[in-house]
Amino acid sequence: MSELTVSVSPHLRGPRTTQKIMLDVLIALCPALVASVVIFGWRSLLLTGVSAAMCVACEYIWEKLMRQPVTVTDLSAVVTGVLLAFNVPYTMPVWELLVGDLVAIICVKMLFGGIGCNFVNPALVGRVVMFFSFTADMTNFPAPAGTVDALTSATPLALIRAGSIGWSELPQLLLGVHGGVLGETCAIALILGGAYLCVRRVIKPIIPLAYLGSCLLFMWIFGSPQPVLAVFSGGLLLGAIFMATDYVTTPTTNLGKLVFGLGCGLLTAMMRCFASSAGAVTFSILLMNLVVPYINDLTAPKPFGGVEAK
Amino acid sequence: MRDKMKILLNGMFKENPVLILALGCCSVLAVSVSVSGGFGMGVALTFVLVCSNVVISLLRNIIPSKVRIPCYIVVIATFVTLVEMLMEAYLKSLYDSLGVFLSLIVVNCIVLGRAEMFASKHGVVDSFFDGLGMGIGYTMVIVGMSVVRELFGSGTLLGCRVIPEGYQLGILTQAPGGFFLFGCAIAILVAAMAKRGKKFEPKMGCDGNCAACHSACEDRKEAEAK
Repeated sequence: MSELTVSVSPHLRGPRTTQKIMLDVLIALCPALVASVVIFGWRSLLLTGVSAAMCVACEYIWEKLMRQPVTVTDLSAVVTGVLLAFNVPYTMPVWELLVGDLVAIICVKMLFGGIGCNFVNPALVGRVVMFFSFTADMTNFPAPAGTVDALTSATPLALIRAGSIGWSELPQLLLGVHGGVLGETCAIALILGGAYLCVRRVIKPIIPLAYLGSCLLFMWIFGSPQPVLAVFSGGLLLGAIFMATDYVTTPTTNLGKLVFGLGCGLLTAMMRCFASSAGAVTFSILLMNLVVPYINDLTAPKPFGGVEAK
Repeated sequence: MRDKMKILLNGMFKENPVLILALGCCSVLAVSVSVSGGFGMGVALTFVLVCSNVVISLLRNIIPSKVRIPCYIVVIATFVTLVEMLMEAYLKSLYDSLGVFLSLIVVNCIVLGRAEMFASKHGVVDSFFDGLGMGIGYTMVIVGMSVVRELFGSGTLLGCRVIPEGYQLGILTQAPGGFFLFGCAIAILVAAMAKRGKKFEPKMGCDGNCAACHSACEDRKEAEAK
């Protein structure tokens, strides 16, 4: 007993680190990246790489300037960068993507205190800023490579609204051979990534399932012509699997996660059915991010044997 | 002269109406999209503020305290109408671009706030300088914000193109960009004041009724010490 170590909790640490979790997320994003290269072309890889590099650079420079410990090795900035690149169309100019990265990392993440302190998903805010700043470039969806070159095509969501899409298009939707942003088109790749995350226990399937299920239900209630096809189109799968499951900005309890998923689904369905569908997933996740503290409060588990305070 | 200077500078920095007192933010956020509009709004508000401060200070012993707010509004509305008519006659394009926000100076919190907080308690000369300082403080903020918003949001400065078409951050011309810049401006002023060793403690306008107040101002501390 020569030395007594005094430290703050937690005293028991598992082998799982932020870095390992983020690496798993990156692995899960790989199928979608491969699909995007196959569907659109090599520029997807360039955009994704540049975006990830910019996010890491922003975080590194900010932490150096502010004399904070450098946390770029936890790979969370890489995930943000990749997700942000997945949210832009193939023809997006690189500098506009860099602006989005800057906003996501500096304004949303670092200004609020770095990893674990951001109150909304950085990648989504980056997307919103790009969406409002460069609306034309953000909504210019090129047709997949190999079909008609350098020609914009309507997204499945727009086709569903117009009622000119049927069940025969389902395989095309699943494979992702249609217009859209980089990471959202190939449903199979996204589901594969989501399954990997669930198997590795990085995420619990509650939020994605609640989100997709409630979105399907509400879209059916609201009278969407093709609710099932709508689930596989637009950014819904990308958002439900990778954006709405961010640890920091989602509730901690299972019940809370269920409420969060249902809320996202309801908002998305409402926006898609009654408003302009662009950005429905982004805005619903952001709105639900903002109410997470209240969801956490209302769904806090009762301690075993605990009684109501009088 | 020194204390007059202090009153003047007070409105510009230490008690900047927009950034520290957080009054009149509505028009700052709405009008600061273009530099000419922002400057016009600043000048119009400064004029109204100075005139109403002087007149209310002159009338401060005549106005019964129970009906003081309606009286202030009448005085303020007179000057706003004056500005509005002058602007419509001589600066039609500016008048059109400011739109409803020009008439809304009547209910601008800064004007009413300074009437209640300052002009009704101080002499004419002091009130004049207070109005001028507050007006300049407001103009500085709105012009500063509109320079950034017009330059990076629309790529122009006073209507002349500076940044070529296609390289704009459109979000700055919209409401979210305005709020974001507003937050940045507050942060910069507070950081600058902290660097100069000045403690940041916003002094709120009050009616001297410390019993019903929850803020920790200097007057209250003094009242409690007694």
